[in-house]
Amino acid sequence: MYQGIRISGFGGQGVISAGVLLAQAGMMEGKEVSFFPAYGAEMRGGTANCSVVVASDQVSTPIVTAPDTAIVLNEPSLAKFEPMVKPGGLLIVNTSLVNSKPTRKDIKILNVPCNEIASELGNPKIMNMVAMGAFAAATGAITVDAIAKALPKVYKKLKPEVIELNVKALKRGAEFKIS
Amino acid sequence: MAEKKLMKGNEALAEGAIRAGCRFFAGYPITPQNEIPEYMSWRLPQVGGAFVQAESEVSAINMVYGAGATGVRCMTSSSSPGMSLKQEGISYAAGADLPIFIGNVMRGGPGLGNIAGAQGDYWQATRGGGHGDYRCFVMAPNCVTELGNFPHKCFEVAFKYRLPSMVLADGILGQMMEPVEFKHPEIDPKTLTEPAWALGKCEGRDKRIVKSYDLKEGGVEIMVNERVQRYKAIEQSEVLYEEQMIEDADIVLVAYGISSRVCVAAMKQAREKGLKVGLLRPITLWPFPKARLIELSKRVKNFLVVEMSLGQMVEDVALAINGRANVHLHAKPGASVITADEVCKTMDKILKKEAKEYAAVK
Repeated sequence: MYQGIRISGFGGQGVISAGVLLAQAGMMEGKEVSFFPAYGAEMRGGTANCSVVVASDQVSTPIVTAPDTAIVLNEPSLAKFEPMVKPGGLLIVNTSLVNSKPTRKDIKILNVPCNEIASELGNPKIMNMVAMGAFAAATGAITVDAIAKALPKVYKKLKPEVIELNVKALKRGAEFKIS
Repeated sequence: MAEKKLMKGNEALAEGAIRAGCRFFAGYPITPQNEIPEYMSWRLPQVGGAFVQAESEVSAINMVYGAGATGVRCMTSSSSPGMSLKQEGISYAAGADLPIFIGNVMRGGPGLGNIAGAQGDYWQATRGGGHGDYRCFVMAPNCVTELGNFPHKCFEVAFKYRLPSMVLADGILGQMMEPVEFKHPEIDPKTLTEPAWALGKCEGRDKRIVKSYDLKEGGVEIMVNERVQRYKAIEQSEVLYEEQMIEDADIVLVAYGISSRVCVAAMKQAREKGLKVGLLRPITLWPFPKARLIELSKRVKNFLVVEMSLGQMVEDVALAINGRANVHLHAKPGASVITADEVCKTMDKILKKEAKEYAAVK
């Protein structure tokens, strides 16, 4: 089993912390994992991205150049990562902020209005968790439960009620199906 | 077995150094190794150690020279351009027989290069980037767990043989997160015996001098020759390497650090196609696993060196093999990432006899 993931969005959307969370969840499920951030000239408001691998064997390289799944949370990320997805792979699009439509016909598309769902739940900051929930349900690479269990390990300073809200966001995200 | 923890490579290296008894760190910021000083800055005070952000790399290495002269386990770290600045200090530490520990998280070069992971400092690390006849003990981890555990060995060797030791990593290893397991028991430096040469309070004992010079005629020759005996002992006893699927291999891949992991993937791909491929991964870059390569070259016809540089380690492989087999090179300079597919293509070319052999052999 091998799942290479690329997550991309605005700095501040929780792209990096969502990546760490997936790696932590995969590790807690006993899988081989790696996380690799785009680092250097990143800034709040600019576009940030990271690579995550969850696999049964040792990860050969943590930089995912042909993702099984790309999760794009803002408009510029779509243009950058849609072409990279493996044929037959999955593209998760945050339709709240991405207006353009994906053009590839050889990949699966999962549309999720992450920001709207997060706002409905009462906290726009948890939009990244909506996307992670959708990812877990659509790929089965990591379970929603594992991600929920990893939350307090990664976000050490969060109050229990905020963790609970994040879990709600994960579950709402998991309700979305590939059309 | 300790619980595995998800850590960045840089953090694991810093934590590993502290667990190995490091109590002094001086450094100057540079990407992609900034998490090392950042981690040290809050972690060292917790264990009664001292962290200094120096005003420059040159200053930092000389602070570490000073700390090293007192016999304390000490460390500095940097990335390629910063390592160039430290070379004078490393030469002096080697000349004064100081067991300091250095981390280099390599990035693209030469010059300011870029901030991505690269392997272009192999020559600098193994040949002595500084002046004079000297060696550093150099270890090349290929995962975050090794980054966390190699400082232990580096300090052990550095103190046993009295020479600078180094972990040579790269931006990918430094920045990536992986589960890490610390395998060595934590060392409390208070339990270590003070080395017989260490400076400090000299009340009630003869005076000691730490210096890298001797102006008497023939003095430095004596110093260097004495040091060479220790280098020879290291070459005898401290070589480390890892092998995979080497027994029946027709082609042996030789790679260190992050490149070796790509080679594992390439080896598996090639094996699925029926090619007999093995891997030799030098773990110590100096001392280099020369004897093992000589042994292998008696039956293996082709060696393919894979490195993220123009071809530096390939010279050590060619020197060891000395014409007994073909040495090929898959080089990727400029901090670009090597893929398993590329390595497989080069192996196909070797089998079809299209690939160029390394020029130094011919």
